[in-house]
Parts: sequence; structure tokens; C-alpha cells
Amino acid sequence: MQLVIWRSKIHSPEVEKIIELSGQNVYSCYQCGMCTASCPSTGNMDIPPNMIVRLIQIGMIGKVLDSRSIWVCTSCFTCFAECPKGIDIASLTEALRLYHLRRNIDHLNLSSIPHGELLELPVIAMVGALRKFTA
Amino acid sequence: MGYGVFICHCGQNIAGTIDIEKLVRKVSGIRGVTHVEDYIFMCSDPGQERIKKAIKEKNLEGIVVAACSPSLHEETFRKAAESVGLNPYLVEIANIREWSAWPHQAEPEEATMKAFKIIESTVEKLNGDKPLEPLRLEVVRRVMVIGGGIAGIQAALDVAEAGIEVILVERSPSIGGRMAQLSETFPTLDCPQCILTPKMTSVAHHPLVKLLAYSEVEEVSGSAGNFKVKVRRKPTYVDWNKCVGCGLCMEACPVELPSEFEMGLAHRKAIYIQFPQAVPNKAVIDSENCIRMKYGRGCGLCAQKCPANAITFEDNGKAEEYDVGAIIVATGLEVMDKANFAEYGAGELKDVLTGLEFERMLAPSGPTGGKVVRPSDGRVPKEVVFIQCVGSRDPENWNPYCSKICCMYTAKQALLYKHAVPGGQAYIFYIDIRADGKGYEEFIHRAMAEEGVIYLRGRVGRVYQEGDKLRVEGVDTISGLKIVIDADMVVLATAAVPSSGVEELAKKLRIQLGEGGWLKEAHLKLRPLETLTSGVFIAGAAQYPKDITDTVSQASGAAAKAVAFLSKGYVVREPLIAVVNEDICSGCGNCEEACSYQAIKVVDGKANVDESLCEGCGSCTAACPSGAVQLKNYDKRQIIKMVESIVG
Ligand SMILES: Cc1cc2nc3c(=O)[nH]c(=O)nc-3n(C[C@H](O)[C@H](O)[C@H](O)COP(=O)(O)OP(=O)(O)OC[C@H]3O[C@@H](n4cnc5c(N)ncnc54)[C@H](O)[C@@H]3O)c2cc1C
Repeated sequence: MQLVIWRSKIHSPEVEKIIELSGQNVYSCYQCGMCTASCPSTGNMDIPPNMIVRLIQIGMIGKVLDSRSIWVCTSCFTCFAECPKGIDIASLTEALRLYHLRRNIDHLNLSSIPHGELLELPVIAMVGALRKFTA
Repeated sequence: MGYGVFICHCGQNIAGTIDIEKLVRKVSGIRGVTHVEDYIFMCSDPGQERIKKAIKEKNLEGIVVAACSPSLHEETFRKAAESVGLNPYLVEIANIREWSAWPHQAEPEEATMKAFKIIESTVEKLNGDKPLEPLRLEVVRRVMVIGGGIAGIQAALDVAEAGIEVILVERSPSIGGRMAQLSETFPTLDCPQCILTPKMTSVAHHPLVKLLAYSEVEEVSGSAGNFKVKVRRKPTYVDWNKCVGCGLCMEACPVELPSEFEMGLAHRKAIYIQFPQAVPNKAVIDSENCIRMKYGRGCGLCAQKCPANAITFEDNGKAEEYDVGAIIVATGLEVMDKANFAEYGAGELKDVLTGLEFERMLAPSGPTGGKVVRPSDGRVPKEVVFIQCVGSRDPENWNPYCSKICCMYTAKQALLYKHAVPGGQAYIFYIDIRADGKGYEEFIHRAMAEEGVIYLRGRVGRVYQEGDKLRVEGVDTISGLKIVIDADMVVLATAAVPSSGVEELAKKLRIQLGEGGWLKEAHLKLRPLETLTSGVFIAGAAQYPKDITDTVSQASGAAAKAVAFLSKGYVVREPLIAVVNEDICSGCGNCEEACSYQAIKVVDGKANVDESLCEGCGSCTAACPSGAVQLKNYDKRQIIKMVESIVG
């Protein structure tokens, strides 16, 4: 795959928003991969945590916003605890989710869940799945 | 009576492979060996004590230490033996570590056998060894420093401060070297004007320093402690005693040429002062391009303007000879020409610069006054791509080595670019970031985290013109993406290479160059400031690319070495040199030709060895058809005996 980059693409409004919402300096990441190495959920992710940071660094925010990973992240904060540069990646994924939510895009379509199962689901799980407002 | 053999385990280095017990048993059977002993670290104090004790108690006539390479501890063991009265030249090293234990780890039995053979043959050598006395020669208390960059300046100052005279030889019109060309210096961002210029002035004015600018070493003879150096003072065509450095001549001169100091980004005249802070601040005429010099008449505008009547147009070049006891070589580095890199435009794309060119552009005193602009159209570049490892870490095409300084100066340049152009974006293509100095990693962090420099991990395949942009096709191997950037400017961190002409200089000094043409040290780890030619030391980037911190430390180290070398007042030389058996010598002169040190000459039909010059390399003994020249304690008969013991 080929990626053309330029300044305003790297610093697109989406990227700036994510940086603002998360309060994280993604540019201090030097790609050691500690976050991915320590993350308990990478097995279910399509993009590992270090790559989330990398893609934001080089302006590929769209790919990150479309990823499964940001919804798989449980905000356990292991990545943050381990990151040698002090980047709170959980807050970054939270910001990425917030970005969707603020635009009223639901990650989960409730009506697609069979009625029977819906009754079984704990309310907290539903709220969690919908809002992922866990950070 | 008899010989002692001392077998070192070197921790597990030797004992891990070689069966020491078996070796001791076998060695005890060698004829003439009366004492065998093994120990975990022979070089340690207790190890040496064992050797001394055995020599004394058993009255040993010679010893073999079976251990590591003689370049590491031969001297240690010789000294130990000498302290208890054994002639140090009756101490031999059998190198069973590098020659046997290390290369044969997978075959311990054979390694043990080989170690035995090495020891056995060394005992044979010992059989033929004679006690020798070291040679003693008076020294001249004066040091020559070649190269006036920061390394040469620092070394000269340190030697002079120790009260020893210095002759500082610089081939350019001014001292200062690369550092004088830099904008600001990582990691502290001091400007060279603030930290270098004062040093340039102090060295030039030091009462014990004689500065020979615009001069080159032409011939070197003699040896450690007693070198004779012929220096060629190049013609300046200007009387430097009169020139006051006012620069009016430069204003008057109509001839414009690309300035070497400004890396071609600005012009100089045919009469010029190298740069405004030059030391000495004197003008020289470029005789190849001066109208008056070329045609023998005409122009002369400079002379008309010169208020000091300093411009003579007369060839004032001359040769001078200096006696010096020690020499410090500090010839520094250059960077590869961008024309070498076809993939990056072969030097034809105007907005592709080398790192050194970009330094000049960033320099407040540089050709653009510190403004970053495109050479092609003068516009301020908004997107700048920096490419590291251009010609470095590329064993297939260029240099296998890492140029060491580029990671840091590229980060510095990207950061300074961001300061110069706040809205601009800097990208750095790198393979690894090597920031291994005090404050360096923090500096890289600053470039990334605070200045938002985008680091892309990978090389760049191609740079080419696309409209008024430079299309950069690279890769980011972290994301696995091919990266394309339409840049306004590209800066290449071209590989550092040794200064041109260092090869000829090394030949004159009889010192060696290692891989890549960098000056070779006597031992990379233990004698990094010395060369194998005694009395010749090395300092700065001439040995290998270095930043200023390391250059200055090494220069002070080399100065200390030179001072220590001269302060005894005499030099002691190894007596392991060539001797001629005049009864056999036919005076054919083969030895004279073979000798790299001009140490052996045929005089009155017989070869004659100059003891002050012979380095004991043995070339003459190999060239001699009759065996008349032999190396002391490396006699042909000894060598044959050794070989026989190995194959027999
Ligand atoms: C683009 C670039 C940026 C850099 N930025 C930094 C930085 O920010 N910080 C930092 O710490 N380091 C930096 N460096 C490294 C720094 O330039 C070197 O550490 C320093 O110049 C080495 O000093 P030196 O005296 O050994 O060699 P040089 O500075 O190369 O000086 C050698 C001198 O010897 C003279 N000479 C050469 N051959 C002969 C001869 N045969 N006879 C007589 N004289 C001779 C030359 O004319 C020159 O004056 C940078 C290097 C480059 C290329």
C-alpha cells in the first residue's frame, strides 16, 4: 500500500481533535511496542495498540477510527502503566470512541440483537457496549 | 633451572573449551620444562605473584605464559618477570585463547591438542631467545599537530599548557575545521562562534604555539622522539606580516568563485579570507583564478585598494623543516558528495542539499543569514525531508560503517528548521536512531515530542522533480506502508569520510589506515590514541566519525599521551629489531626496498640497520635471499624449530 503524506494531512482536524480529546502527545512515541507487548486484548484486535499510535502519527486516522481495536480495548490501562514515554493509550482509544459517539454514530445496533438475548444481557453490558464510556 | 609454563584459564574463556588438566600433564613432558602451573586469571595480581614466586624459587631461565594475545598482556608478564630479575625478553606468550579456545569451541579435544602444539612451539622459540636490553634514545621536546579542527586546536592547547612547544599545521587558510561551518551544535545548541572562536584565538596567540596555516606536511623522517618534518608553506601571494584582514581586497576583486567554506551556496573572490572569523584573519590569492596571476598582468584592483600594501603577487611559498619529538594527527572528516547518489538526483536537483550545506544555510553568519530558503527559487520550504544513512550502512554500494554523527545532526537540523519555519513540517527517514551520548536521547525526544518531527523508519528509494516539488518515495517499515511525500526541500545526511589526502599523509608518517580509510589505532580498545608507529598519536574524527564531545576528549587524551611520551626525556625502544650478519650480506639491497621505514640501507656494500627507525616488522628478513638479516629473537632457526615442533 502507498501513502501520500503532507503536513495538513498529518495534522488533519480529526487528528487534532483526537489529540485534544485524549490529551496525549502521540509524537513522543518511538515505537518500542511495549503497549502491544503488554496488552491482554491484542488477540482480538485488528490493529495492535502501537500501530494505532503509529497510524495517528502519520495521519492515517481514518483507518484507526474504522478499526475494531478501539472497541475491543477494555481500558485496563496496562499500556499506560508500561509505556516508557508516558502515553496513555487507553485515553487515546477512549478519545477515538468519543469521536464516533460525539457524531452520534452508534457502534452497536440494538435492533439487530435478537429479543431473547437482549433480555438476558445485563444492562451495564449494553451501556458499555453502546457507549464504551469507561475511561 | 629450566623453563616455566603458566597456563591461564581466562575464566571460562580458555578453560571452557580446553582440558586444562590434560594440557598441564602434556606440557610437563616437554623437554626443558621444569615447572607447569595453571590459574584462573594469570594476569591478575595473584596470578602474577605465582609467576614471580616460581621464577624465584625454581630459578627459571625463561617462561611461557599460555593465555590471550600478546597485544593484551605480554607487557604485563614481562614486567612481572623483570621485577624478579628475569630478562623480559625471555618471556614468551603462547596465545591459546584467540588461536585455539575461541575458534575451536565446538571441538574441545582438538583445541586442547592445538593449545599444546602452540605451547610446545613457543618453548622451542624460547630455546633460541637471547636476553636483550631495550634501546634508549633522547627526545626533542616539541610536538607537531597536523590538522587545525577542534581536535587539533584542543590537542595543541593542552600540549602547550603543559609547557611544551607546539607546531600546528593546517592546510586551509584558517583553522577551525568542520566545526567552524556548523550552525549550532547538538545537544546543547551552542553556536560555534561562541564556543569555538575563543579557542581558535587562544591557540593562535599562545606563546608556545607556532601556527602554520595554509601549510602541508611534505616529508617526514626520523622516528619517535626525533622526527624531522618538512612543511610546505603554500604561497599566499599576500604578505601576512602586513595584511590586517580588512577585506577591502575582496570587495575590489571582480572574480567570483563558489566558496568552499559556504559549500558552494555563496561566492568568494579570487582573493579571499576563508570566513569572517578566520584565524589567522589573512587573505590568500587563489592563483589559478586570479586575473593578474593567470595572465601575469592586468587587474590588480585588490592591490590598489589594499591600505597595508600587503598584496605582492609574489610566490612566497617555501619549505621549512621542524624537529619534533611527537606528532598528533587530527585531519578530521569530510562528507560524501551528493553527486554520488543517482537515486537522489545525482547532485542535479537544486533543492536537494547535503547536511553540511544545510548547516551553512542554518548558520546565522551563512550565505542566507540563517534563513531557510530553496536554492532554486528562494521560497521558504514548507515540507522538508531529511534522509539519513546516505552512503552509510550500505556495504554493497558505499560504506559499511555507521557515520555516527548523522542521527544527531539530522535531529538538530530538523529542530532548527522548525525554529526557522514555525509552520513547516520536517520528516526524517532513518533506519535506527543512534543517540548514544549524554543528553542525546533526550534531544531526539525533544525533536519528536516537542517539535513534532515525523520519524519514518526506512530508506528512501527515489527523489525526483515533480513540478516545483521533489517527490520522495520512501517507506515506513513500522506501518508497512510505502510513503510518498511531495517535498519542497530534501536534506541528505551523506556519509562521513576521511579527509582527502590522508592516505598520502599516512604514508609519509608511516602509519596505517584501517577500513574506510580511517586512521588505524594501535589497539581499538586499549590504545585508541596511539598508532603502531611509536610517537605518532591520533585525535578526533580522523580516527572515526565523532561528535565534538568525543573529539575534544580524545584530543586531550592524545595531548596527554604526547606529553607523557616526551616528559621522560628519552624513549625506550623495543630491541626486537633487525640485525645484519655482515659475513653473509652481499649488499644486494632487497632489504632496503622491502623496508617501509627507511630503517635499513646498504652502506659500503653491507646492509646497515638504523636502530632508531627499525620497527621490527621483519619485511627485510623475508626479502633477504641469504638469510643475512635476522630479527632478534625471531631468528630463522627459531622459526624453523617452531614449525618443526608443530608439524613433527
Ligand atoms: C553536517 C555536520 C553537522 C555536525 N553537527 C555537529 C553538532 O551539532 N554537534 C557535534 O558535536 N558535532 C557535529 N558534527 C561533527 C563535528 O563536525 C566533528 O566532531 C568535528 O568537526 C571533528 O573535529 P576534527 O578536528 O576531528 O576534524 P575537522 O573538523 O574535520 O578538522 C580537521 C582539520 O584538519 C585539516 N586537515 C585535513 N587534512 C589535512 C592535512 N593533510 N594537513 C593539514 N591539515 C589538514 C582540515 O582542513 C580541518 O581544518 C557535525 C558534522 C557534520 C558533517
